[in-house]
Amino acid sequence: MAEASTSQVVPQKDIVYCGICQFPVEYCEFSNSFKRCKQWLEEELPEVYISLYSENALKDKMGSLSVEAEKKLEQDVAKNEAKAEKKALKEIEQKKSSKITIIREERTKRKVTTHIQNLDAFSVELKPAAKLFAQKFATGASVTKNPQGKDEIVVQGDVTDEVEDMLHARQKVLSVLPEKVKVIKEDKKKKKANVEGAEDGHQE
Amino acid sequence: MFAKFDKTQIGNSTAIKSSVQRAIRQKLLDQFEALRENDGALLEQIWPKKESISLIKCHNQLQLLSFNGFPLFFQSHDDPYVPTLRLLHLYPHLLPPVTVDRGAIRFLIAGANVMSPGLTSKGGKLPPTEQSYPANTVVAIFAEGKDHPVAIGICKTSTEEIKKVNKGIGIDTLHFIGDGLYKFERI
Repeated sequence: MAEASTSQVVPQKDIVYCGICQFPVEYCEFSNSFKRCKQWLEEELPEVYISLYSENALKDKMGSLSVEAEKKLEQDVAKNEAKAEKKALKEIEQKKSSKITIIREERTKRKVTTHIQNLDAFSVELKPAAKLFAQKFATGASVTKNPQGKDEIVVQGDVTDEVEDMLHARQKVLSVLPEKVKVIKEDKKKKKANVEGAEDGHQE
Repeated sequence: MFAKFDKTQIGNSTAIKSSVQRAIRQKLLDQFEALRENDGALLEQIWPKKESISLIKCHNQLQLLSFNGFPLFFQSHDDPYVPTLRLLHLYPHLLPPVTVDRGAIRFLIAGANVMSPGLTSKGGKLPPTEQSYPANTVVAIFAEGKDHPVAIGICKTSTEEIKKVNKGIGIDTLHFIGDGLYKFERI
């Protein structure tokens, strides 16, 4: 499809896709980002803009639809647009407020794993990120599902502080993280059984 | 079909054997008149004989044919191949056209099926009686006042039947602007 060259026998139809909503530009009016689409088109392709949104063109496109129906359509589009904007805002907010959790978990005596949770909320790709950690620390690192059903990265060894530094440094695949990302550190000790035993001892 | 299509539903892509490719080419040629013209000049253009094509298996028995990462055709189960909208935008004559009126566009973009009145009203257009499409024809759905097709669908009944009944779903929408597959310009 991209091989537009002189060898073409069958002509391709010209089509311009909107840079905002990815629809063909004539369908922008039905997308959730009509206002931004219009702006984009006016800046990028003023000629097309005029052919689509000049007054004459607007009159032509009314077609067989009655004025009322047309109005209703416009209202609906505006409503959807507002909805989409609100949703986008909410998402951004959520992204801002979400935090990354680093958990240090003891396995056996001197074996420790580090769990990094909630990276996917920042649209970090987990697999490459795990690879990055594995390379950096020269240990095993993998993406696994935790009991809550969420994906997390598990790194062998206690690398809590180093991981935190890396998250702040935002290198390679981590570059999508926002600046000053909030990090919570937790320590899960596996001495529960022992502690309970000790308590039992007290009671006796 | 693609309203909820996303990355998680895409399986692995495999290069296919040349003998299978030949079979697919033949199928495509049999199916699309536009591809047959001039000894398959158009097919040669979108998928040169010497280049190999990859098959991407997706959930629900869905398969995509992609060339250099561009999805060209999709097929669910053993149904006929259907071109993707982006391909259809470049070569609109691949599929027989129908037109819906302006009021229907926004529903189509939201993923609805085409209701018969949208085709039979003043803004809509169906082929004349002599050239009626039989049931299960895959059609390009154009829209009133627009140059490019807005969706691809499959006729539930023949177009004559749609005209006669003029009620309920006339065309099932398979693939529309803004759906999951449309968002994958490249896979």
